[in-house]
Amino acid sequence: MDFGFTTAAYVVAAVLFILSLGGLSGQESAKRAVWYGIAGMALAVFATLIGPGSGLWLLSLILIAGGGAIGYMLATKVQMTQMPELVAAMHSLVGLAAVFVGFIAHFEIGNVLGGAHGEDLGTFAALIAHKSPVEINILRVELFLGIFIGAVTFTGSVIAYGKLAGKVNSKAVKLPGGHMLNAGAAALSVICLIWYFNTGGFFPLFVMTLAALFIGYHLIMGIGGADMPVVVSMLNSYSGWAAAAIGFSLGNDLLIVVGALVGSSGAILSYIMCKAMNRSFVSVILGGFGGTSGPQMAVEGEQIAIDSDGVATALNEADSIVIIPGYGMAVAQAQASVAELVRKLRAQGKNVRFAIHPVAGRLPGHMNVLLAEAKVPYDIVMEMDEINDDFPKTDVAIVIGSNDIVNPAAQDDPNSPIAGMPVLECWKAKQVFVSKRGQGTGYSGIENPLFFKENTRMFYGDAKKSLDELLPKID
Amino acid sequence: MTPASAKDLQKLGYTCLIETGAGIAAGFSDQAYIDAGVEVVKTGAALFKAADIVAKVQPPSDTEVKRLQADQTLISFFYPAQNAALMEAANKKGATVIAMDMVPRISRAQKMDALSSMANIAGYRAVIEAGNNFGRFFTGQITAAGKVPPAKVLVVGAGVAGLAAIGTSTSLGAITYAFDVRPEVAEQVESMGAEFVFLDFKEEQQDGAATGGYAAVSSPEFAAAQLAKFREIAPDMDIVITTALIPGRDAPELWTKDMVDSMKPGSVIIDLAAERGGNCKLTVKDEKIVTENGVTIIGYTDFPSRMAAQASTLYATNIRHMMTDLTPEKDGQPNHNMEDDVIRGATATYKGEVTFPPPKPKIAAIAAAPKKEAPKELTAEEKRAKEVADFKAQTKNQVTLLVVGAALLLGVGLVAPASFMQHFIVFVLSVFVGFQVIWNVSHSLHTPLMAVTNAISSIIILGALMQIGSGSFLVILLAALSVFMTGINIFGGFLVTRRMLAMFQKS
Repeated sequence: MDFGFTTAAYVVAAVLFILSLGGLSGQESAKRAVWYGIAGMALAVFATLIGPGSGLWLLSLILIAGGGAIGYMLATKVQMTQMPELVAAMHSLVGLAAVFVGFIAHFEIGNVLGGAHGEDLGTFAALIAHKSPVEINILRVELFLGIFIGAVTFTGSVIAYGKLAGKVNSKAVKLPGGHMLNAGAAALSVICLIWYFNTGGFFPLFVMTLAALFIGYHLIMGIGGADMPVVVSMLNSYSGWAAAAIGFSLGNDLLIVVGALVGSSGAILSYIMCKAMNRSFVSVILGGFGGTSGPQMAVEGEQIAIDSDGVATALNEADSIVIIPGYGMAVAQAQASVAELVRKLRAQGKNVRFAIHPVAGRLPGHMNVLLAEAKVPYDIVMEMDEINDDFPKTDVAIVIGSNDIVNPAAQDDPNSPIAGMPVLECWKAKQVFVSKRGQGTGYSGIENPLFFKENTRMFYGDAKKSLDELLPKID
Repeated sequence: MTPASAKDLQKLGYTCLIETGAGIAAGFSDQAYIDAGVEVVKTGAALFKAADIVAKVQPPSDTEVKRLQADQTLISFFYPAQNAALMEAANKKGATVIAMDMVPRISRAQKMDALSSMANIAGYRAVIEAGNNFGRFFTGQITAAGKVPPAKVLVVGAGVAGLAAIGTSTSLGAITYAFDVRPEVAEQVESMGAEFVFLDFKEEQQDGAATGGYAAVSSPEFAAAQLAKFREIAPDMDIVITTALIPGRDAPELWTKDMVDSMKPGSVIIDLAAERGGNCKLTVKDEKIVTENGVTIIGYTDFPSRMAAQASTLYATNIRHMMTDLTPEKDGQPNHNMEDDVIRGATATYKGEVTFPPPKPKIAAIAAAPKKEAPKELTAEEKRAKEVADFKAQTKNQVTLLVVGAALLLGVGLVAPASFMQHFIVFVLSVFVGFQVIWNVSHSLHTPLMAVTNAISSIIILGALMQIGSGSFLVILLAALSVFMTGINIFGGFLVTRRMLAMFQKS
């Protein structure tokens, strides 16, 4: 098939991809949108297979089918609580593929410049053969960038996966030397770029790849578990930029378009997450909280515990209830119990809603997916801005496994490490129950004055067990 | 002590003793106590000998004080301010006295605030007593036998007792009015379903928080305005419940004789301040009187005792909480921590020293309400000016960004070859489209968005496919690996997105 057809197919595919992302603006249109994405991908692959330059398409088909089978198994088996791990793992695959494709392009350039002419060269090689030296140089830079970003994405995603799956300690760990090591590796990469630019040899490329792999590893190791929403969306963005860079070097517009779409999508998600934590992107990536200007406010009062009978009585009497889930709910796999509780309460005609903070969980939108899995209707699941004003009119707010996102210190205490972070103002409800494993602070080690408020009662214990104990008492 | 609280006390490591027959009035037999593991002691004297800590309700009598031993702790209502001699006597004995009426009013101590518990009962009982002496329904009814107007109840003083009275009265169906010198309680009053009687009086009110949540003495002008208001509404009221007390003073006179005279026959006045002289001057302590114009005035002071079972349960719980705080280790050994605000505040004598009055608690009972400055109202022009300024700033921002971006593009265009620029335009436009599209994605779909972008970013498969056909083995191997991995990603990403989206349901 000729070049024109492939290009036309690419245009259609690009439009389909844009529609696919745009459709995610609503739950119903999203169901259609995913088909646009699938169609776009099928079209793109098909056009490339029959397009100029590709060969061994039987092998390609077999490999796609094989990969597809594994992908199918993964997608059907994965628990919704494991979504963050799955997404991180998939990012690592994209990153690695980008590195490989970059290497291939490098070899091709080498072949062409080495004087290998003939019919056995692919389109890409044919393309290179026509290029001027300046263009070849630009191509090298693009390729270099693609490999660099790909490699960072690969190791970064592997570590993120490990942290999310609990296989790597989720605490922020840094090798001695800290950010200097990263800076050193980055400097080394720059030197390699100049070296590669001048010689075109494989060795500087290889050294740079190692340096990039190290940066990815070390950067993500230094970021704590609760910052994972930012990390995962950042890696998502990187995988897009890697694809775009490779697209430049291969001269493939579809790769560029899709890479840019994915890259900007991830960048926006990172931005939203950072904003929700009131922290700058740089401070999240470099790990640790921003500086505090003085001692934190001392917390007055005591944490008062309550048993399931007390909670049940309050719930039976309440008219409007807001539930604030957090990562603790995912850890305890309590979403089904929560949904059952909501069903029972709603059956009594109570107004039950969920309040979701943008950074609740370990992945943007993680809580929404978990609640959807438990068949909680999405129209009672509210965003922070939608529900914050309703708390004063709420009888009971239930906090399940979240901590920093309901910390009043963010508003009251200018010295708190999370000062200024937008939080769910659940303490304004008439009564607050906090389901929590035990006393003690959350991952960030920040004392939460909410737990000491007069209208707060602590419902200690594993979230799922506590809720299961509570369920029969709701009538 | 109730059988239930005795069990809790035993959990703290204590052995419990009780005087025989002590629980009869509240409906707890000696057998119930024995079943709860309490030793029943024949006489009070024997009890004082046997126990390390003695808890009772009323202040000890002189003989009881004589029975106290050194290092014994007495927990009871004590009123140390009024009972200085008694306190001195107890102190001479070397006993520690914890006065339940001195528990400071801070939130941590609410669970042992016996005054509140008793006031709550008094408020409830006051309405019940009033109903008992009032010849009509509380609630208005329209029956076949005619229309019954609802009773009108005025509660003066919206403290714990007042609020309890308001709650009881409204739930019986009466139209309830309430008054308090602290205007900040109006909200609490209204939340209980009563109407707050506002005075036509402009004066900078003292913040109730300064006096630990109790009322302070009001100015003569204020008092006059208050009485005038009462005089105005007195003829309408069927039941008046007065609960106004100022700490450490006689009860203020709020309901004068002429107000009583103006009330309808059959009306009832319950004076909960009778113990301190009464808010109404006609009140006779501990008695019920009927005035010439047929108004019943009740001056009982023993409302809690009239609800012995309830009072005992609440007081026993207060005592238990006090014991819990005294026994942080739960080992049956009291640890009298004088650093603790609550224990320090309640202690009248300790180790041979009179420790009354206590120093001011470290924590204020109620945070003083900060004077709020109303946000400045912007005039229409100011608003307009602000909008214009905002718009200008926004425009400036955007234009700057555009100019910088365009300059950068031009700079790149100057050096880069044409083939690069073609791709570069595509790239920049795609980023632009991406930003526009992604901002509209709803928050709840962020996870599906990540999964789908992940699947789409496997478009890198094209790079591998384009080159898999070229000769060298290394290239084919790398390309094949890439195709395989991206294959996993494409299928996995799209399928998992579909799975997630299918779960989102409308209710």
